[in-house]
Amino acid sequence: MANRIKWQILAALALVGIACASLAAWSQRSAFANGGRSSLVATVAAASPDDAAAQSAFERAYPVFVSPRCQNCHPSGDAPLQGDDSHVHTQDVKRGTDGHGVYGMRCQTCHQDANLPGANMPPGNPKWGLPSPQMKMIFVGRTAGELCRQLKDPKQNGGRNLAQILTHVATDDLVGWGWNPGDGRTLPPLNRPDFVAAMQEWVNDGAACPK
Amino acid sequence: MISFTVNGKAVSVADPPSTPLLWVIRDSLKLTGTKYGCGMAQCGACTVHIDGEAVRSCVAPVSRAEGKKITTIEGISPDLTHPLQQAWIEIDVPQCGYCQSGQIMSAAVLLAENSSPTDTDIDEAMSGNICRCGTYPRIRQAIHRASEIKAQRGAK
Repeated sequence: MANRIKWQILAALALVGIACASLAAWSQRSAFANGGRSSLVATVAAASPDDAAAQSAFERAYPVFVSPRCQNCHPSGDAPLQGDDSHVHTQDVKRGTDGHGVYGMRCQTCHQDANLPGANMPPGNPKWGLPSPQMKMIFVGRTAGELCRQLKDPKQNGGRNLAQILTHVATDDLVGWGWNPGDGRTLPPLNRPDFVAAMQEWVNDGAACPK
Repeated sequence: MISFTVNGKAVSVADPPSTPLLWVIRDSLKLTGTKYGCGMAQCGACTVHIDGEAVRSCVAPVSRAEGKKITTIEGISPDLTHPLQQAWIEIDVPQCGYCQSGQIMSAAVLLAENSSPTDTDIDEAMSGNICRCGTYPRIRQAIHRASEIKAQRGAK
């Protein structure tokens, strides 16, 4: 009899546990589904943040941000970079007032909607360009901690919350170009699903930044 | 068929969509003022305008021109009265001349957006147009002169 009561209590506790976990997962999904306007930070914070795990996840994603395919269009100056050595773009190309160049030296002067075949041919995407001068989103020279804090700051990230950051890295086609960069260009050190998984883990664990 | 206008004239071409616009302009439409330089958007010799923006026609597929207004060096003015043409003639800019149509097309975008450019503006706007004869000082001088001609016409 005592055994039976003990099992009933254990079963009840298990059910409560499952219900709580489901609720947490549901509220997190909802935050993504509604465009992230509700606070994913609050949701994640409620679901036991793990700073060390979040920091470790971001450290895993960080080499992608500072790989040439990504950082070349997130320079610290006002000129894009080129190549695996991230040298300054030849032809003195400038960021311009909208991130797309100046006068007859717009990005689309040479870059098309798609990569052109052949080594050293201009890569392409319909959105090819740099961040605007008002929000430069610099990757070059940033430590993992600095980059993480910049990425999380809506004043520096285009007003995005964590859910929107995840959506951006997971679905934006210009971000995706990094893994389809055309002939002769190296790929980022993680594939995109692994990169997105690391970013997802960072968010799920509370999005703490490395020191 | 891909349809667009070239220098104000409506055209339709049967070239494959990935054909560089340069070859359609030169070979199909027989407008040979636009030059082939490097074939990889490195030198600017092939510059034309698509809806007023400078584009390197050697790498732009003709599909990009669909429904757009293309201007080549032949269409910049019908009678050599464009301020840039007048300034180029007055200052005698070209040496071999091969790059000059591309230079003028880039300069035209600059002047359309900035009628009184500084040396820095000119350098930024023209840095993608290479001249192996090294006529850069005269190009800069001619753009300043074209700016003056444009201003004088505007004042009249």
